[in-house]
Amino acid sequence: MAVAGSAVGLGNFLRFPGLVAHPETGGGAFLIAYFVSLLVVGLPICWVEWTLGRFGGTQGYNSSPGIFHAIIRKPWGKYIGLLGFIIPVGVYFYYVVIESWCLGYAWSSFTGALDLGKDPAAYSAHFAAFTGLKADGAVLGGGPFLFFVGVFILNFVIIYRGLSKGIEFICNWGMPLLIAIALVLLVRVMTLGTPDPAQPELSVWNGLGYMWNPRDIARGLANPAVWLKAASQIFFTLSVGFGVIITYASYLKKKDDVVLSGLTATAANEFCEVGLGGLITVPAAFAFLGASAVAGGTFALGFNVLPQVFAGMPYGHLFGGLFFTLLFIAAITSSLSMLQPGIAFLEEGLGLDRRGSVALLGLITAVGCTLVVWFSAGLKALSTVDFWIGDIGIFLQGTLLIYIFNLSFGTERGWQEAHHGADLRIPRFFKPIIRWVSPAFLTTIFALFVLKNVAGWNLSFADARFTPTEPILDLIGGPGHPASGVARLTALGLLVFAGFSALLIRRAGQRWDAR
Amino acid sequence: MTTAGLLFMLISVGAVTTLFVWCLWKVLAGTKPPEHLAHIEPIETADLDKR
Repeated sequence: MAVAGSAVGLGNFLRFPGLVAHPETGGGAFLIAYFVSLLVVGLPICWVEWTLGRFGGTQGYNSSPGIFHAIIRKPWGKYIGLLGFIIPVGVYFYYVVIESWCLGYAWSSFTGALDLGKDPAAYSAHFAAFTGLKADGAVLGGGPFLFFVGVFILNFVIIYRGLSKGIEFICNWGMPLLIAIALVLLVRVMTLGTPDPAQPELSVWNGLGYMWNPRDIARGLANPAVWLKAASQIFFTLSVGFGVIITYASYLKKKDDVVLSGLTATAANEFCEVGLGGLITVPAAFAFLGASAVAGGTFALGFNVLPQVFAGMPYGHLFGGLFFTLLFIAAITSSLSMLQPGIAFLEEGLGLDRRGSVALLGLITAVGCTLVVWFSAGLKALSTVDFWIGDIGIFLQGTLLIYIFNLSFGTERGWQEAHHGADLRIPRFFKPIIRWVSPAFLTTIFALFVLKNVAGWNLSFADARFTPTEPILDLIGGPGHPASGVARLTALGLLVFAGFSALLIRRAGQRWDAR
Repeated sequence: MTTAGLLFMLISVGAVTTLFVWCLWKVLAGTKPPEHLAHIEPIETADLDKR
């Protein structure tokens, strides 16, 4: 349940529907690429991470550095786990900020303060004011800042209570509640019909069609961007390569079933993403505002478009409040999972007790979150951390995981290890997939991702062009795009954080070697 | 929505829902006791020694 809670997040209800509905890279081709990616990357790496995590736990380690130290048994092995510490903690820097937006929007919806009429500009202005989009430091001291502080503290109070009384408790209550709220919203959206009889083309039925009609599948499957987006979504939505599953799995007993646990967590995430998220947001937005409203990206859909949609329906403040509560629950079960790998490492690596580890991690994340909250103009700090940690870092960690499983741990040994205590057998065709297909597929997708998002390749072989992307231009500058001081400071902060983490891992290694 | 769109939606949603329900049934109907985390909460320093 904890892993499912970690996997089900904002992307299930905001990012996935937007990707399926995308006019150029969505549709049937995206769905085919999505499910293929689930089979050849998502599920295999999920099982790999569960297996390595449980193995590490049986060796007495619960953190990524410790688990890789136990698996690789070389002095450099523990440093492979560096990403498993800095990725979840780094993503927490900005994820908890977005989480506080969800809670703030839920409050505003329930109280009616988010009913801003029919003018889209009012909702954009509200979002800009709430997030400090226009100027650095704009949110400090105001209501949004109080929501952030409250959510930040709440996360640490829960994490301080431990795995069973804290994370498990929240996930055991939160996940069923999340699904119940989503089902209520699903019924509401499916019964919207045609909200404005004067515009019969704007209906839920046509909204579903806008999202699910397959379009030109052959052309779509030939487009590398479709595969890149589908594989990326699978990767991020399942939380594989995040450092979270490996830590959670390390707390299992040797005979606990990692095959069924991994499959169940994956299935729960897919149900929430495809079965619930895929039927709620886009059809509702289309039925009220048309196709143009759906094409604005994740934040625009969630915080600009949907409040306007809820304002237009009967009892909209109630359904809007429920929707943002749903997002908040999805977010907090994920953000808690981002803290646990850090806590596990600080406890076992530095010998800190729970109070000490929570205090130190609280200090580290407070510094990182302050950076994100203060440099809010254009969400530059947030997007910089998201790109280098939330995108590049996760891809890198996932790729490393599958190679270490095959080359260092051994595919055959790993296969046997995965089936210890398993009622369910992984179908045999997954063995060559894990051995050959997943590494090749993931390496290709990772290379495509870097070529597109770092080198700026236009993904065309016939007319290949490389134009530096915004995250790169932010750092080095370019014609008409001066370098961003905030992006540079943020990147420097991340480097310092990584260096500090490497020092902690070195110290932890000395403790482990002395065992 | 076209017929193909309806099929895509029904197959996608149906597949993940069936898989989720089947997994829940397998977990709940399993013969083994429910999964517990083998973790002792180290609230106090002294608890660390018990791990």
